[in-house]
Amino acid sequence: MANICRASRKDFRDAVVAARDAQEGWAGRSAFNRGQILYRMGEMLESRRPAFVSELADVAGYDRDEAEAEVDAAIDRLVWYAGWSDKFAQVFGSVNPVASSHFDFTVPEPTGVVAAFTPRQAPLLGLVSCMAPIIVSGNAAILIVENDAPTLALDLAEVLETSDLPGGVVNILTGQREELRGHVGGHRDVDAVLSVGASTEERTVLEEEGAESVTRMEFRPDRSPAEWRSEESASPYWIAPFVEFKTTWHPVGR
Amino acid sequence: MANVDAAPDTARELLFGDEWAYAPAPQSADHVRLADRYGPFIDGEFREADEYFPSINPATEETLAEVGLATDQVVDEAVGAARTAYEEHWRDLPGGERAKYIYRIGRMIKEKSREFAVLESMDGGKPIRESRDMDIPLVAAHFFHYAGWADKLEYAVPGPGRPQSLGVCGQIIPWNFPLLMAAWKIAPALATGNTVVIKPAETTPLTAIKLAEVIQEAGLPPGVVNIVHGAGGVGTAIVEHDDVDKIAFTGSTAVGKQIQKQLAGSDTRLTLELGGKGANIVFEDAPLDQAVKGIVDGIYFNQGHVCCAGSRLLVQESVAGEVITKLRHRLSTLRVGDPLDKNTDIGAINSRRQLEKIRSLVEVGEQEGAEKFQPACDLPEKGFWFPPTFFTNVTQSHRIAQEEIFGPVLTVSTFRTPEEAVERANNTEYGLASGIWSDKGSKLFSISQALKNGVIWGNTYNKFDPASPFGGYKESGFGREGGVHGLLPYLDVHAQSWQPRTAAPTNGSPSTKPASSTSAGGSPEPKADDT
Repeated sequence: MANICRASRKDFRDAVVAARDAQEGWAGRSAFNRGQILYRMGEMLESRRPAFVSELADVAGYDRDEAEAEVDAAIDRLVWYAGWSDKFAQVFGSVNPVASSHFDFTVPEPTGVVAAFTPRQAPLLGLVSCMAPIIVSGNAAILIVENDAPTLALDLAEVLETSDLPGGVVNILTGQREELRGHVGGHRDVDAVLSVGASTEERTVLEEEGAESVTRMEFRPDRSPAEWRSEESASPYWIAPFVEFKTTWHPVGR
Repeated sequence: MANVDAAPDTARELLFGDEWAYAPAPQSADHVRLADRYGPFIDGEFREADEYFPSINPATEETLAEVGLATDQVVDEAVGAARTAYEEHWRDLPGGERAKYIYRIGRMIKEKSREFAVLESMDGGKPIRESRDMDIPLVAAHFFHYAGWADKLEYAVPGPGRPQSLGVCGQIIPWNFPLLMAAWKIAPALATGNTVVIKPAETTPLTAIKLAEVIQEAGLPPGVVNIVHGAGGVGTAIVEHDDVDKIAFTGSTAVGKQIQKQLAGSDTRLTLELGGKGANIVFEDAPLDQAVKGIVDGIYFNQGHVCCAGSRLLVQESVAGEVITKLRHRLSTLRVGDPLDKNTDIGAINSRRQLEKIRSLVEVGEQEGAEKFQPACDLPEKGFWFPPTFFTNVTQSHRIAQEEIFGPVLTVSTFRTPEEAVERANNTEYGLASGIWSDKGSKLFSISQALKNGVIWGNTYNKFDPASPFGGYKESGFGREGGVHGLLPYLDVHAQSWQPRTAAPTNGSPSTKPASSTSAGGSPEPKADDT
């Protein structure tokens, strides 16, 4: 079908640099603006719906109904997370009724640079379901893709490119998880790691090396394409592992 | 950095000299009743131990009581008791009933607050003023706060599905706020329906033992809270125990990393509340007298044994001289000595080991060329003491500006622009807390947004409340304690821990039944594609 890039350690390190450069500016955008850009991704994906449907059928071996269902679910998921951009802080933040005379409130902020080992299943929807909740809060992401249809990830990259998403916010590396996993957890400029469907060995390596810089680790099981399509595969609890809660105090007085 | 000297002293100052000495104002310790020795508290009872170690008063170096050292077998028994209590009783008890026990514990701590405060100061060395006015009231408040959550958990966590308890929680706490840290760990764990094996620090086990007596008296079902004693080895035994579902650790970043590594590849959940190197940023438009009080509260509170201490003062160049002069004056009025004296500001350093660590880092500071200021003060002959200290001419690369000293030692450096202040404040692997002093609200909040810290104190410092989430960014750990956010580390939220069904879906719609297993499960076999 095609020759796909097999990302090296150096590619990963370069991706972290790009992500770091982009992250602060992305987080500095208004939540509303980040939501607009995610919504735009949904629109751009929809405009290429026929191409993605054919590719899922031709490359991933989906039948036509399944392929259409996955593309539609991916569009809906982008729109769903787009909406969370300016709501997450209201639902998950708090104003804290402290006993002393202080105004005290807690808000979520993005963790920073997040590396994600994305699902083997559902080559389009799995990827979108991992990417959207990471970036919507203002993180930058490095998505590591190893599945039977990695060309879908590259086509998704073209969607992102035409969605006003600033360069570096999402970086996509196709390659072999086993080759890359030893360089991710221990990278001091990676703040958090998501791994979907990690083997025990992968999980152990990531966590052992991540402990060196207290990296946040999130592990989730992979799902079948039908399960990825279900509403239950979209949740604000996919956003929550990649934010930090900041509590600010200020005296109240005259 | 510019070499900053204290500004010429133009402020009027009350000089008492040696003329008016404070009379001693000792808090009586008569009502503190201690047995000679205490074993571990397991399944609702104090047990005998094979071996005991002393817990001393760091102000007198006298032994207060001996405490049983837990062996691996003792830890195993404690975990077993917690497991049994969890499965046979506590897990299924209605939240409202759990609440009653937790309220009762809070109430009883209030009733015995004087005894707890005095013992806390005796065992740990902190001034009675702090243990009486801060630690113990916050302990009682923490139990009260979380008691009320026990029957409201479905409102604490947005989304469908009832949140579930996790099981047995292993909790390891430090010596700087012994009973307060026990409350921070135990109260939310019990409110969420979990049971506990907790290890207090080996230098400050006694108030936790008194808490065990309260727990007994409150009639808490045996095994819901178990307390074992010892140093790091006992902590390791808890962390590595197969039947522990969650570890909550408060302590040094080095040990936190070690625990995270030990748990690599396991399903045990983890939260870490680790070290800090907080910046206290003073802008030229700050109310300087209040800021100086805040600087003193930030670093000399609890002898500087505070993970969120404001140990790096960053002061804008234009007011640096004035702030340093005021700081010198303030320091010379601080009273170092008997923790049980009601006029004491700075008590005893918690242990000989900690005193040596502080001394050696201060020595490094001098060797590296920073300029030390210490007021003249008479220190008692026995016990562990260190006078309040600050360093000027400190650069960012100095070890005293990078490493957590965990003592009454402040570094002072200057900045010119807000951007420089932010850059310096964030130039550390830690990310726990910072202070900002400015009369300009827009500036204060823009700096607050830019700081990578879990807690920001604007025009105040070292404030704590059970309703206020506390915890770090970066290498200061993850997870929050306090408020509604403090419940999440002890709950399994269905939507958070989505597990695939074991049977292949027939209609593409997975079950909505909440999963009862913990989150972040291992890797399932990739399933047959239903395409």
